[in-house]
Amino acid sequence: MADWGLVARSLMHSDAAGHWWRTLSMQDYNTRVVAAGVALLGAACGAVGAFMVLRRKALFGDAISHATLPGIGLAFILATAMGLPGKHLPILLAGAACTALVGMGVILLLRHRTRLPEDAALGIVLSVFFGAGVALLGVIQQMQGASAAGLESFIYGKTASMLAEDGRRIAICAAMLAAVCAMLFKEFRALCFDPAFARAQGWPVRALDAAMMGMVVAATVIGLQAVGLMLVVALLIVPPAAARFWTDDLRAMVLTSAALGAGSGVVGALWSAMEPNWPAGGVIVLVAAAAFIVSMLFGRARGVLHRFAAHLRLERRVDRQHVLRAMYEAGEQGREAAARSAADLARSGVVPPRRLARALAGLKREGALARLPDDRWILTPAGRALAARVVRNHRLWELYLIRYAAIAPTHVDRDADMIEHVLGHDMVAELERIMDSAGAQALHLESPHRIAPAGEGR
Amino acid sequence: MTWPWSIHTPPAGPEHAASAAVSIHDMTVAYHRKPVLWDVDLDIPEGRLVAVIGPNGAGKSTLIKAVLGLVKAVSGDVRIFGEPLERRRAWIGYVPQRESVDWDFPVSALDVVAMGLYREIGWFRRVRAPHRARSLDALTRVGMESFADRQISQLSGGQQQRVFLARALVQDARLYFMDEPLAGVDAATEQVIIRLLRELRDAGRTVVVVHHDLQTVQEYFDHVIMLNTRVVAAGPTAEVFHRDNLHKTYGGRLTLLEQAAQAVADTAGR
Repeated sequence: MADWGLVARSLMHSDAAGHWWRTLSMQDYNTRVVAAGVALLGAACGAVGAFMVLRRKALFGDAISHATLPGIGLAFILATAMGLPGKHLPILLAGAACTALVGMGVILLLRHRTRLPEDAALGIVLSVFFGAGVALLGVIQQMQGASAAGLESFIYGKTASMLAEDGRRIAICAAMLAAVCAMLFKEFRALCFDPAFARAQGWPVRALDAAMMGMVVAATVIGLQAVGLMLVVALLIVPPAAARFWTDDLRAMVLTSAALGAGSGVVGALWSAMEPNWPAGGVIVLVAAAAFIVSMLFGRARGVLHRFAAHLRLERRVDRQHVLRAMYEAGEQGREAAARSAADLARSGVVPPRRLARALAGLKREGALARLPDDRWILTPAGRALAARVVRNHRLWELYLIRYAAIAPTHVDRDADMIEHVLGHDMVAELERIMDSAGAQALHLESPHRIAPAGEGR
Repeated sequence: MTWPWSIHTPPAGPEHAASAAVSIHDMTVAYHRKPVLWDVDLDIPEGRLVAVIGPNGAGKSTLIKAVLGLVKAVSGDVRIFGEPLERRRAWIGYVPQRESVDWDFPVSALDVVAMGLYREIGWFRRVRAPHRARSLDALTRVGMESFADRQISQLSGGQQQRVFLARALVQDARLYFMDEPLAGVDAATEQVIIRLLRELRDAGRTVVVVHHDLQTVQEYFDHVIMLNTRVVAAGPTAEVFHRDNLHKTYGGRLTLLEQAAQAVADTAGR
């Protein structure tokens, strides 16, 4: 036991560093238990929470976790009265699960039997059950011959008190939750996306709904000891919300969420083991929050930076198309040789002046534009073909919007290149026929709407 | 007011026409004590393209949902091809209103279409390659095969509607219920959907469509159900879709519509 610690200590000549080293390398049996338990807890909560977040029922977990407190108090009183050890954890957790299930039943009753808004129902269950729990703990304090000290630790959690058997219990529960998630994945996907359709197909939607809520109850109860009833809801909400930024696929989101939950759990538990003044529950939540912020910024599917970059790319592509269009139409109208200076283009307002230089440079790089010795720009043969296609597509879109679409232009796919995909070849052929017979000239002069300024895309 | 609280279940006797895809007998539906559908008696014949029309709040969607068991009827009996609903679920395809789901949900167009096969796949089993191939076929039928892997929020409204339609098609049902499939879609999507509806009808399927556009009823549908809490009229379009019934169905609201149309015509003519 002491050998590695001694080695580390002699290497680092410092007690504090030795403690850190021992914790990080998980040499203490207890540290390993705590880390493994909290990791599995985070994974289970992350997976179950993903479905709840997608159903917009994230706060259901909060109501459920608060509904565990009276169960803890009642279990303690009953066990003490029966002469059992009152603070035996499995007894307390069984009590917690009982009142959590009662709370779930009350929420379902309020939802289906009254016209009460869902958030009000959740708020009622949360506060009333928690209030009952606080009152019970007060009563227990005054009970004769019962040492109730420590029951409050379920409110904020006490990770350090976890034993090997606690870790095992969490592992078994988490494995069961993971198995149910995997088995009912397809059913849960249908339930979360379109419950009415699932019902119409004949799935027992209420039973599936109850199963999902029951999983939240299980995840919450096993999380009580580690992170406490106040904070366990964070593990149900924050990792799924973070995972959503990385992927547009449900399976990947559930797995990412589980991984983020597990990672937050391990990092938070180890941190708190190194710095005993930092309670694990709070640190775990802070680590999860850090993961959330990183995901929100850098997430590949819908992170802020990713969206900004996509927006910028779109803006630049639209700019380049506008320049091509302006050059091409200048040629069509027979303005001398279709060469235009940058100043001329800027005056015509096709692209905001500060973005013009970049658009011109980009087109030159693509080989669509060439610069004449007198600093004017001209379409290359390749650029001319490209411009012809862009102009054709834009005009077909405009014609389509005038002739056929009795709907807002925003309902149409804005990517002009995709016109055949969206409208179908028959429609495009028809539009081309109309455009040819009407003459191109008349069409682009009487454009009914300005092409949306760059950057108004979704 | 008397309430028909007792659920009365007649034997599947002579009152249920043998050739009817859907027989509704004496159905009343109420939301929070306010009746939405009163004493609906309907036979929907098999192999027709059927429109359900009526003003807002007339109970058009509710009729479909009650037939599908999504809302509870206070009273009434529904038979699907002569049998109770639960024994015929596999024969029914459903296209809910597009607004009824969250299009930000992390699934692809193909994932959504495959949901049409979930019942057939059954409990606990996964979606496998043959299911995906069939789903892709359904997407091809609505002209959306090149969007199979797109996340659904990246589709336009009309494309989303086509995905919903493909999800119903892949089920290969005998009876379809569609809730406003033509609401807010572009002209190209409308053409695709109408072509598919006709194909389904020609293949002997029964298609019941909640429809909002009175202008196209005669062109698109063989059979009309005109609804305003009660059934005002139901029958072949040529027989029941006329001025009298429209007035009974829409009441004063139709005259308002006509006045508006007249005003627009006047302005345009000036």
